[in-house]
Amino acid sequence: MTAAVVPMEYGLALAGILFVLGLVGVLVRRNIVFILLSIEIMLNAAGLAFVVAGSRWGQPDGQVMFIFILTMAAAEVAVGLALVLQLAQRFHTLDMDAASKMRG
Amino acid sequence: MLELLWLVPALPLGGFLALALIGGRLGRGAAALIGVGSSGASALLAFFVAGTFITSSRRVQVFRQTLWNWIDVDAFTPAMGLHLDALSLTMMLVVTFVGFLIHLYAWEFMEEEEGFSRFFAYTNLFVAAMLMLVLADNLLLLYLGWEGVGLCSYLLIGFWYQDAANGAAARKAFIVTRVGDTAMAIGLFLLFTQLGTLDIQELMQRATRQWPVGSSAAVAAAWLLLGGAVGKSAQLPLQTWLPDAMAGPTPVSALIHAATMVTAGVYLIARTHVLFELAPGVQLAVAVIGTATLLIAGCSALTQWDIKRVLAYSTISQIGYMFLALGVGAWSAAIFHFMTHAFFKALLFLGAGAIILTLHHEHNMFKMGGLWKQLPVTFWTFLIGSAALAALPLITSGFYSKELILLQAWNAPNGGAWLWAGGLLGALITSIYTFRMVFITFFGEAKQQAGKRPGTRIHAPLVILALLTMAGGFFGLPEFLHRALPPLPHGNESAVSELALETVAAISSVLGIFIAYLLFLRNREIVGQLTATEVGSALQRYWFSGWGFDWLYDRLLVRPFVVAARANKSDIVEQFYRIITDAARASYAALSATQTGQLRWYAKAIAAGAAVVVAIMVLL
Amino acid sequence: MNLVFYVSAAIAVLSTALAISRVNAVHALLYLIVSLLSVALIFFVIGAPFIATLEVIIYAGAIMVVFVFVVMMLNLGEQAAEQERRWLSPGIWFGPSILALILIGELVYILGLGGFETSASESIGPKQIGIALFGPYVLAVELASILLLAGLIGAYRLGRRESVAAAPRGEGT
Repeated sequence: MTAAVVPMEYGLALAGILFVLGLVGVLVRRNIVFILLSIEIMLNAAGLAFVVAGSRWGQPDGQVMFIFILTMAAAEVAVGLALVLQLAQRFHTLDMDAASKMRG
Repeated sequence: MLELLWLVPALPLGGFLALALIGGRLGRGAAALIGVGSSGASALLAFFVAGTFITSSRRVQVFRQTLWNWIDVDAFTPAMGLHLDALSLTMMLVVTFVGFLIHLYAWEFMEEEEGFSRFFAYTNLFVAAMLMLVLADNLLLLYLGWEGVGLCSYLLIGFWYQDAANGAAARKAFIVTRVGDTAMAIGLFLLFTQLGTLDIQELMQRATRQWPVGSSAAVAAAWLLLGGAVGKSAQLPLQTWLPDAMAGPTPVSALIHAATMVTAGVYLIARTHVLFELAPGVQLAVAVIGTATLLIAGCSALTQWDIKRVLAYSTISQIGYMFLALGVGAWSAAIFHFMTHAFFKALLFLGAGAIILTLHHEHNMFKMGGLWKQLPVTFWTFLIGSAALAALPLITSGFYSKELILLQAWNAPNGGAWLWAGGLLGALITSIYTFRMVFITFFGEAKQQAGKRPGTRIHAPLVILALLTMAGGFFGLPEFLHRALPPLPHGNESAVSELALETVAAISSVLGIFIAYLLFLRNREIVGQLTATEVGSALQRYWFSGWGFDWLYDRLLVRPFVVAARANKSDIVEQFYRIITDAARASYAALSATQTGQLRWYAKAIAAGAAVVVAIMVLL
Repeated sequence: MNLVFYVSAAIAVLSTALAISRVNAVHALLYLIVSLLSVALIFFVIGAPFIATLEVIIYAGAIMVVFVFVVMMLNLGEQAAEQERRWLSPGIWFGPSILALILIGELVYILGLGGFETSASESIGPKQIGIALFGPYVLAVELASILLLAGLIGAYRLGRRESVAAAPRGEGT
């Protein structure tokens, strides 16, 4: 089936907006879970950018990159959530500022 | 034998090098062997050289030995050369022989002290430098020796450096003599630029040829050299360092500040006497300085309670006599007095050292007393030395030398009578303070009991020096010195006969001893009553502080300098460097504040940085 | 077709904005799933159907579900929601919003510099992606599998509870 004739720039702009929203989420939230969530948003936006660009040129490379990003995101979520569980057990809080021993 | 002359300064220098490099690892015996041994070998060699020189059949006047070419630049070619004539021979003999005796004495004196090998390294270096000074054939080499003895003086005054006061005294000595050294250096520059050479004999010939008597160049050069001599010999106005230099060990005081280094100025003027003859005004100034100094120092010696300070002021005073002699043209009389003074002043210092050592480092005369029974050898030798200092007639060499000076002063062309009167008054004062010292120290009730009695190594030098003191007048030195120095001027002998003058001098000496007996042995209350009066106590305080020179120099020179240095401390260059350090500190503080350990803070920083980078990419 | 794109884009942006501003973790996750689904629709529209499928199955279906599981394991109750409300004061949005606007502005500016040409391209199916993966990108595929292994081991080790560990271990495992 033929693809839509949306200009690449619109897709990239959308990716940019989603990325920036994720960034805002990282900066604003204090709860670790929400921060990880926002990081996922950013990863997704980056993948969107790749796919849009690949589609523009009609090559599979963009989608291949997205697959890799997806893989990495999965691994990262696994390890990250395990760390969240450790943090919650040790500090009994999900406050990001509680883990600040590397100051100075 | 004369060719071995170079060994005389080289042996002590070798001793210094050995002790400096490996002395720390040697035991006391080995260090003493090197130190005393090199000094003794040098003295022995000096004797042989002197013997060869004196008895040589060809009536050798001068022996020169050039070791190597030191500097070779265009017209400036001072060599490392030695010049031996009657004058330098006399100086060499006195320096090596008295030096050896003092080394022997110091072996026992410094036995208990730390830094034993360091001490002998310094004294060996001193003897080497002093010999270089007196044997130099050009003024640059002489200046090298001059600076060398100044350095050793500093090192040895501050030998017990753990006490800060000793370091201060050493610094004071070095800085005050530095003023003189600078004047002398400028004098050397002047001489070289005007006359084109620094070789002494050559210099004297060119000076007589090119400079008329009283020319400004000669006067300037003579003033500058006089400045150097005044510094090293502790005369007015640079005499303030010598009393404080007594902070060093007593052998040092004997060697450097009595017998040898302080007479370097006298030697310099005698060596360059042609220059002073070309500037009669300056020569008169030498005599006036000598007379003034001998009176000032004599009065100060009357009020001191530290036995070494009495001897220090006495040294200043006696060198004043030598300057007086130089000033009236009696060159050989000055050197004769130098020799006799070296013997009896070294004797007095070594004796004082023996007393100090025995009484556990007690310096205050008024805490001594009754020692003539406890330390007999020390007492008798000290008495002989004091008699020579007071110029007791006929049996002491001090009488002959001082008498010669006074005689020549009387016959001097300018103001002879005044100079003679000053010298005579000085002789009286000398007698008084000398025997004041003897009576207070050795007689009266014993305030302290003597501890460990001195051994042979202390007694032997004392005895030898005592014998030399008594016999020194009969060596015929002045006639011997006429081989190198102009003979005593015979110009204006007045009607008053020589015998009359001698009698007056003898009377003054004995009178002084008698006055001292009255005041310090018979009835000590009189002095107390005198000093209790207003005038008496003010005079005593004034004389005790050396006529207020320290106070004057402190107000006039030291304090303004310190104020200026402090004000200049935060000048613009300093501020510039401070800006650098302050900037570094501020940036450190700022950067360490960014390490908060908060993850959100880091995330914010990364985001902001990304924004900035993208902005740059957009704009450029 | 363009309409679908624009509507999905709007829904994605809106639901993402809602996701980052919720106080309840599960609510935020659910909003995020909505966002992911709309992004998948966009993928489908621009001719990447395989990726759209993967987005739904893996991203929204696996990763987000893991998130939900962990959040439920953490047992965040009303207390946590109360804390979030306290932390999310209005003033806290100010700085990041400025930063965000700056970044978006720069991005749009750069994007606007070039022309907006449209190019029609056909959709790229799984076959082409497969050929690409096992052709030029085969090494990356192997590396990705090692990465997943590392993630697995790390998650297993890090996720362990203290009481499970038999003997006390030192640091540095």
